[in-house]
Amino acid sequence: MVAPSTSADSSRPSDIRLSVEQVSYAYSANPSQAPLFTLEASSFQARPGEIVAILGPNASGKSTLLKLIAGAQEPMSGRVLLNGFVTHSLTPRIRAQRIAMVQQESPLLFPSRAWEFVLQGRHPHSRSLRFETREDIAIARNALAQVGAEHLAGRWMNQISGGEKQRVILARALSQQPLLLLLDEPTLHLDIGSQVGLLDTLRRLAAENRYTVVVVTHELNLAAEYADQIVLLHRGKSLRVGTPAAVYQRELLEQVFQTPLSVESSPSGRPRVTILPAS
Amino acid sequence: MRPLTFPGLLLRCGVLAAILFVVVVIALKLGAVPVSLYGLGLDLVHLLLRKTTGLSSNYDMIVLDIRLPRILLSIVVGASLAVAGTAFQALLRNPLADPYVLGASSGASLGAILTLIAEPYLALPLTLAALVTPVGAFLGAAVTIAAVYFLGRREGQIDSSTLLLAGIVSASFLSAIIMFLISTLSSRGDLRGMLFWLMGDLSVSLQPSLRWVLGIGFFVATGIIYTTATDLNLMLNGEKEAMHLGVDVRRVRLVVYIAASLLTGLAVSVSGSIGYVGLLVPHLMRIVFGSDHRILIPTSALGGAIAVVIADTLARTVVAPSELPVGAMTALAGAPLFIYLLRRKIA
Repeated sequence: MVAPSTSADSSRPSDIRLSVEQVSYAYSANPSQAPLFTLEASSFQARPGEIVAILGPNASGKSTLLKLIAGAQEPMSGRVLLNGFVTHSLTPRIRAQRIAMVQQESPLLFPSRAWEFVLQGRHPHSRSLRFETREDIAIARNALAQVGAEHLAGRWMNQISGGEKQRVILARALSQQPLLLLLDEPTLHLDIGSQVGLLDTLRRLAAENRYTVVVVTHELNLAAEYADQIVLLHRGKSLRVGTPAAVYQRELLEQVFQTPLSVESSPSGRPRVTILPAS
Repeated sequence: MRPLTFPGLLLRCGVLAAILFVVVVIALKLGAVPVSLYGLGLDLVHLLLRKTTGLSSNYDMIVLDIRLPRILLSIVVGASLAVAGTAFQALLRNPLADPYVLGASSGASLGAILTLIAEPYLALPLTLAALVTPVGAFLGAAVTIAAVYFLGRREGQIDSSTLLLAGIVSASFLSAIIMFLISTLSSRGDLRGMLFWLMGDLSVSLQPSLRWVLGIGFFVATGIIYTTATDLNLMLNGEKEAMHLGVDVRRVRLVVYIAASLLTGLAVSVSGSIGYVGLLVPHLMRIVFGSDHRILIPTSALGGAIAVVIADTLARTVVAPSELPVGAMTALAGAPLFIYLLRRKIA
């Protein structure tokens, strides 16, 4: 299970936390048929405190890549290393101690209160049948405070707004005390104020707690503004990996997203995309 | 933030255990032959002091040899069904799941009947023969749940309403086979009547070896399910999320599925199919105590025991000296309660 990284990295390899090495995946409805979807070998690396955004049109393989990184699925080839360990080979418990996943929201079967929900994040750190300790409660409370949601602790999860719910879900991920924070379209269904609020929180947390953050998103401009690295996917291929400025080339984005657009520079110096109507 | 603590858990279970005790004492008193509370109390004190010879009441035979074993049986059957219901509801993420609705009870009945038919040809020693029926019932329950599980899937995902329809259809299909078997084999005296298997009956006296199997089986299976209590809490969020929170979903699913089928099989092999207990008791407990399985499983066990002791006491007293099947009693009380809860949008 212990598989130290052997990748030849030009900079300091010890500084690399997440290393995605040539992972590929194929999905087919039945084994004898040709695959319906493939993700070709993709690679990138990320350090603690870094935010990586995975961009691409629908069905480009974004969520698949995220699942491979999370270790939920085994890559057909290549591997994903987190601090030198292959993520897929970890037991679910150990994996959840190191990797937290914020998924697109799933409906709750029975209502629960926000603090109960956040305490669920302590599950991988406790033995079965153990009752929550003071430490668990302190960590959960701190997690809620970090996302600015202390006031929601006593509220029912089905009675708070989408933006508030997303914060509580993020707080649960924080209470896992992970090294790697994965988010699958966290800003979906949020208004622009909540989107910016969430990403501001993410950037602050990544810097303060030294999380490595990988976020799948459709929001080109928010990704450019907040991410340190962009992974651009198109039809299962990793077209380009690099800083927003390096990836946001007009021809490249027009080809990937199939729409005329222009790329300028925003006041912060990051690239900004404007969609140009065809007519 | 006030998470569940161990003393809190003990307190709630203690209250329910006290209620169960009161219900048991009343159930011992009530019946076709009246017993005075004083005489009963004296009997119980003597029994606790192990002075079985000093029993004051003339009715000690009725109370201790007939009513008490039947009440103990009600307790184990009720607790088994309620714990199995709680487990299936969490496992299938469906608040309407229970052994009866999912067809597991019918499957267990059919399994038990098939072993009863096959038994004379197997020539087993008596003690072993008594164990064949629960095993058959367990297999019947397990196979039915597996079948319903696969029939209830759509595009690889469990679909709530498809699952329930699959369960209901399986239950009626299996009931038809049970009726067919019992009608064609009615000349054989050793098969219990149709009513037993379809409506439930607790008036049977059990072989001592079977009593042990039932008691130990209940504690082992419930204990196993209880070790997964926090995992089940997370499974309510869906299997994907549970996995990302560190639950070994496949192991939990398999372990709970086998243990819950075992509880169903054990209960059905000694009491037939009793409906609504596995469905409603966990619901009521969830309303009172919340949906944390660390508290839901023990309180459901106690609540199920209370419910079946009351139902069976009513079943043997309301039309005394005749008797109703206990399943008729649980359905009479359970169906309206179920509709009420459904309208309250708990489900």
